[in-house]
Amino acid sequence: MIRLPLVLIFSSLLFSAGVYGVLARRNAIMVLMAIELMLNAVNVNLIGFAAQLKDVGGQVFALFVIAVAAAEVGIGLAIVILLFRNRESINVDEVSLLKW
Amino acid sequence: MVGLLAAETAEGAEHAAAAANWFVQNAWLIPLLPFVSGALILFFGARTPGKGPVYGILAVFASFVLSLGVLWSFVQGGGEYERSIEWFTIGPLHLEAGILVDGLTAVMVVVVTFVSLMVHIYSLGYMRGDVRYTWFYVVLSLFTGAMLLVVVSNNVIQLLVGWEIMGVCSYLLIGHWYEERENSNAAIKAFITTRIGDVPMMFGFFALIAATGFTTTNIGETTEAIAAGGVSTLFVTAAALLLFGGTIGKSAQFPLHVWLPDAMAGPTPVSALIHAATMVAAGVYLVGRLFEVFVVAGEDVLFVVSVIAAITMLGAAILAIAQDDIKRVLAYSTLSQLAYMVAGLSLGEEGFTAGFFHLFTHAFFKALLFLGAGAVIHAVHSNDMSDMGGLRKKMPITFWTMLIGSLALAGIVPFAGFWSKDELLVVANDTGTTWLFWMFLVTAFVTAYYTARMVLLTFFGDFRGHGEPHEAPASMTGPLVLLAAATIGVGFLGAPQLGAVFGDWVYFGHPHEAHFVSWIAAISTLGAVLGIAGGWALYRERRDPDPMQQALGPIWTVLIHRYYIDDLYMAAIVRPIRDRVSAGVNWVNQNVIDGIVNGAASLTRGLSHVVAWIDRNVIDGAANAAGGVTGTTGGLLKYLQSGNVQWYAVVLFVGVIALTIVFTRVA
Repeated sequence: MIRLPLVLIFSSLLFSAGVYGVLARRNAIMVLMAIELMLNAVNVNLIGFAAQLKDVGGQVFALFVIAVAAAEVGIGLAIVILLFRNRESINVDEVSLLKW
Repeated sequence: MVGLLAAETAEGAEHAAAAANWFVQNAWLIPLLPFVSGALILFFGARTPGKGPVYGILAVFASFVLSLGVLWSFVQGGGEYERSIEWFTIGPLHLEAGILVDGLTAVMVVVVTFVSLMVHIYSLGYMRGDVRYTWFYVVLSLFTGAMLLVVVSNNVIQLLVGWEIMGVCSYLLIGHWYEERENSNAAIKAFITTRIGDVPMMFGFFALIAATGFTTTNIGETTEAIAAGGVSTLFVTAAALLLFGGTIGKSAQFPLHVWLPDAMAGPTPVSALIHAATMVAAGVYLVGRLFEVFVVAGEDVLFVVSVIAAITMLGAAILAIAQDDIKRVLAYSTLSQLAYMVAGLSLGEEGFTAGFFHLFTHAFFKALLFLGAGAVIHAVHSNDMSDMGGLRKKMPITFWTMLIGSLALAGIVPFAGFWSKDELLVVANDTGTTWLFWMFLVTAFVTAYYTARMVLLTFFGDFRGHGEPHEAPASMTGPLVLLAAATIGVGFLGAPQLGAVFGDWVYFGHPHEAHFVSWIAAISTLGAVLGIAGGWALYRERRDPDPMQQALGPIWTVLIHRYYIDDLYMAAIVRPIRDRVSAGVNWVNQNVIDGIVNGAASLTRGLSHVVAWIDRNVIDGAANAAGGVTGTTGGLLKYLQSGNVQWYAVVLFVGVIALTIVFTRVA
């Protein structure tokens, strides 16, 4: 049995890596992957607490998050493909049309 | 009026109960029907086939039938009937709307509806193709209704309403062809002149109301209050003279007679209806209706009345001999005959029946004469007798009917005028009023003379006009024949040999007993025949200039200028008022009223400038400032919306962290 603090530390590290990826990466694919990291950090947290509290609800939630993440990635990749077709680029800095 | 059915107060119940038939009880229908038809013609006339007269003719015919029903009640010996409803109350003064039907009313409604019906039918032909044909019938109906309202009224206020509607209708009808200045001037003259008489009359009414202590306007009650003697003689005298002012105006007695000859500017059927048979008779009717006041006022007032009547009687008859316009001859004749009636009334209780009998017969034969003159005018397209002559063969029906009317006017037995004039002479003789007796006789002579002159100049000799005159259409000759029949017939109602039933219907005090005095009948016939003979001698053949012109010399000039009375009024009253007063009013208008108006306008303009400045600078400034501030703020804030998704994410995370710290601290 792994102790809860260790799980939490791990998930925080994972989340921080995800945040860094979302904020710093220019490649849209990398940004999507970083979002996956953040979601999975949340999943780890949920599982950790579920095990600690002997409550299966956390695991169910984790499953939901995985399903939603899959759907989100599906849409995200579709946008990226369209973006590439139109722009010949997937650099998020260059895609700043939604502004004033 | 409809409310009469609902509630009634049976005043004079002792008379009413016995013999009042349905027609008498519902006499209010008689004036109502022509008013309704007037409204119908006004609103639907132009869209009805025949342009509207059908409503008027049907309504007046219905009124005529109802009137005969009313008269039938009196033929059977029925008594006076009064019925009214409360109209409104001002303090102690109770005003009512109601009907008062006695023999006088019964006779008057029959005369008015019959003559009006004849005029309605006659106008179908006479007014055909007129520019305001439908409108003419509207006013004709309205006029008939108003006259009937005056006749059936049981209180002075209702009477005054009908009286004034008549005045307005008279104005409208005289000025029917107002495109010509002369006609509209005549209308204005008639309206204003009668109004001068109406003002004293109104004060007379107020005096009557005052005599009852301002409690009622009912004719019976006011006259009773006067007769009861609680009022000073001076007051009654003043009231009677004021009331007589109305008669002077409406019945065109000297000195307010000037409007009637000018009123001939109206269409001829109007002259027949208004200025011969009905409206002018309203003045005489007024005296008759309020006769108690005159009787109580006494000899002095009646003497004044008789003097005015005598002046008008002879003065107008003499003027008629110099006229060339056939309608003016008849107009002066009307003045003269109205004066006969007024003079008859001035003889007091005895003369009441005789005066009204003359009104009754005169209405028929004068309407006949006017309508006949209208047929002639229609044929020769001129009013002047110098354009007529020799029409006897060309217009036989018109000639024979007018001859009957003329003989009645001249007072030849057995036509209507003979019986009524004879009755007046008998009464004048009985009451010992010798001077009036001789006035009657001399006027009768002059009347016969000018009547003969008129007939001879119109129908005998050679035709002097232009074109080819033809007999009038049946719609015009029909009424002439009916009126001629009436002219022959109605005289016998007052013939002493046949019982003089008229005296049983129309009387003051007790039923009038007419009697026949042979020498008076002989002398009046002699006068009439002499007059006709004089006319025959002078005018059998037309001579130019008029033979009387040479004989009378300067007097003829005076007659042509109507004794210069019109000129005097013009110079002494009309011009000063028109020129000076009008100029003064104009000055006030230009300077004071316009000044106020312009001042108000300038003030408004100045204030408007101030308001406009505030509007532009303060209000618009606030509105623009609000917009500007919002716009500027938005312009600055838009740079936050960079479009860089990662920048948004940074802000989001920083925000989350900041909120976390805040909530942790707070917790």
